[in-house]
Amino acid sequence: MTTELLIAIIVTVVGASTPILIAALGELVVEKSGVLNLGVEGMMLIGAITAFVVTFTTGNHYLAILCAAGAGIAASMIFGFLTLSLSANQTATGLALTIFGTGFSALAGQGYSARPVTLLGPLFPGEMATHPIWRVLFGYSALVYFSLIMVVVVWFFLKKTRAGLILRAVGENDHSAHSIGYSVIGVRFAAVAFGGAMAGIAGACFPLLLTPQWAERMTAGRGWIAVALVVFASWKPFRLLAGAYLFGLVMTMELYSKAGGGPLAAIPAELWAAMPYLATIVVLVLISIRRDASSNAPACLGRPFLPSN
Amino acid sequence: MTDLINKPVTQEKPMTLNRRNLLKAGAVAAALPLLGSRAFAQTEPLKVGFVLVGTINDNGWNYAHNQARLYLEEQLGDAVETVYVENVPEGPDCERVLRELAQQGCKLIFATSFGFGDSVIKVAEQFPDITFEHATGYMRAANVGTYNARFHEGRAVCGTIAGHLSQTGKAGYIGSFPIPEVVMGINAFVLAARKVNPDFTITPVFISSWNDPAREADAARAMIDQGIDVIAQHTDGPAALQVAEERGIVGGFGQGADMSAFAPQAQLTSIIDNWGPHYVKTAQAVIDGTWESKDSWPGLAEGEVEIGPYGPKVTEEVAAAAEAVKQGQIDGSFNIFTGPINDHTGVERVAAGVTMTDEELLGMDWYVEGVNPPA
Repeated sequence: MTTELLIAIIVTVVGASTPILIAALGELVVEKSGVLNLGVEGMMLIGAITAFVVTFTTGNHYLAILCAAGAGIAASMIFGFLTLSLSANQTATGLALTIFGTGFSALAGQGYSARPVTLLGPLFPGEMATHPIWRVLFGYSALVYFSLIMVVVVWFFLKKTRAGLILRAVGENDHSAHSIGYSVIGVRFAAVAFGGAMAGIAGACFPLLLTPQWAERMTAGRGWIAVALVVFASWKPFRLLAGAYLFGLVMTMELYSKAGGGPLAAIPAELWAAMPYLATIVVLVLISIRRDASSNAPACLGRPFLPSN
Repeated sequence: MTDLINKPVTQEKPMTLNRRNLLKAGAVAAALPLLGSRAFAQTEPLKVGFVLVGTINDNGWNYAHNQARLYLEEQLGDAVETVYVENVPEGPDCERVLRELAQQGCKLIFATSFGFGDSVIKVAEQFPDITFEHATGYMRAANVGTYNARFHEGRAVCGTIAGHLSQTGKAGYIGSFPIPEVVMGINAFVLAARKVNPDFTITPVFISSWNDPAREADAARAMIDQGIDVIAQHTDGPAALQVAEERGIVGGFGQGADMSAFAPQAQLTSIIDNWGPHYVKTAQAVIDGTWESKDSWPGLAEGEVEIGPYGPKVTEEVAAAAEAVKQGQIDGSFNIFTGPINDHTGVERVAAGVTMTDEELLGMDWYVEGVNPPA
């Protein structure tokens, strides 16, 4: 394997992993507050079409990312209103949001399908990325760096800040948090909005980072992978980073081993394709061996909060 | 059903649907849903249903089927009324959609993806008075016909261009699933390319989806990173072509529709599916009562497969070579599947001078020489 090919593979892996990572980080914060939002795939699609339309009409990629985040928030507020204000079932509402997002994005995307846009270019000037090693470090668009920074930000917020502590308290024991004066519903609304923004930006990755077009359902199930990854990573941001890149790696390596031959075909494509499932089983086994921390799931996950007084 | 119908008093035995009975039923017929469509066949439009595996906005396969649906409406005007259902997964959902269309009064239903086959056969048994047509399929029944287009003729034209223009002599081919239709296209492409460049090889990559643009793009990257400079795809979107444009390789080919908007430099030409004439012919036959279950498989000669305009990288000389292959297939003097043809292990599968039959093509499950078979 040449250095050139290795670098090319790394670049492709980063591209495949980034949207999953961004969406999963948002969902991690939502679940930490005790809310399960299964609408990630739908919000991603709404983000994708929003980013596409804004890029197509204004040519401004950064404005497109902002608008995608806003559209994701708007979609998540529908979910928030139903589940938090009206205490509707979170699982069913989340599924409904995915169905709604799929349909809404298809409707909004009518007439945008035969239109190409341009990809978001690298963040750093081209001359920085001439040497292969620098290309691996500085050759990406802003979305990639955003995803990596957000891993640290989310970890820091949850672990090191007072606000993060309150959010975790709301997710672990909503009644206690309520009894000492915190607004459970308010905190959860904020978390759901953050999850919506992140899902919207994850959706923006599709037309801006991966394939510069609009196609219905172009997220093709990656929102569901993001939801599963949160459990896989047992609600820890750095494990989430590892998990997202593991998924990105196997998705990419499957294609490279099919397209290549030589050393890349040493591991059959089918085995690459099966690897996420094998890894999931291994992780679940490891979690169950460590009896102390159980799976780390927030105790109130998915439970509607109904104050008793 | 029949027990729900108020039978005319003149009827003692169960009603048979012949002209005399219809005349006898006269005014009552209007109240009979079962008969209404027959009794007023002259004025009632034929309701035609389309089941699509993807979206009509995919710029490819489903887009072409929808264009043909619009063409059908345009050509037959008030004689037909069409409905279509998009994004129908291959599986039990398809059965449900077919049933719904049947119950809505569609008398002719086109199922336009290979994986709908089993569902069509199953539902057709329950609705013997409805005509079904299954695209790219191989199973027929009294009221089920199959139709296809000889895309591989178009692939032979693309392969000729690839053989001339490729610098590395290596092409990549993004497929959805290894079904005969796709295998045929891969084989036709590489056979044509090897007539120009005997060392030409092609690597198919199957992505197990008809519509996952990000995965198509990644598959294209995976191939380009490993030395291919021409790409062809049998999926429904322009993702691979966009990557070809972005990476500046020799190029690729539009599939199903002209995709030059996505890759003005990289699209060498495109295979355009033109289903319109077949839909008009079939609907007319159903209206006239002359429809029969058969397999219809036209190609370049009938205009069901068209070659789009050549891209800027295609020189006059290469375009002439491509045109020659196209014309040869139109007038019947050239067939890409005429032997000698060896399979990828070097064993002769078709003897010199022998041309493969349609049955052999439709069951094609082996790769010709020059294909690096998927591991």
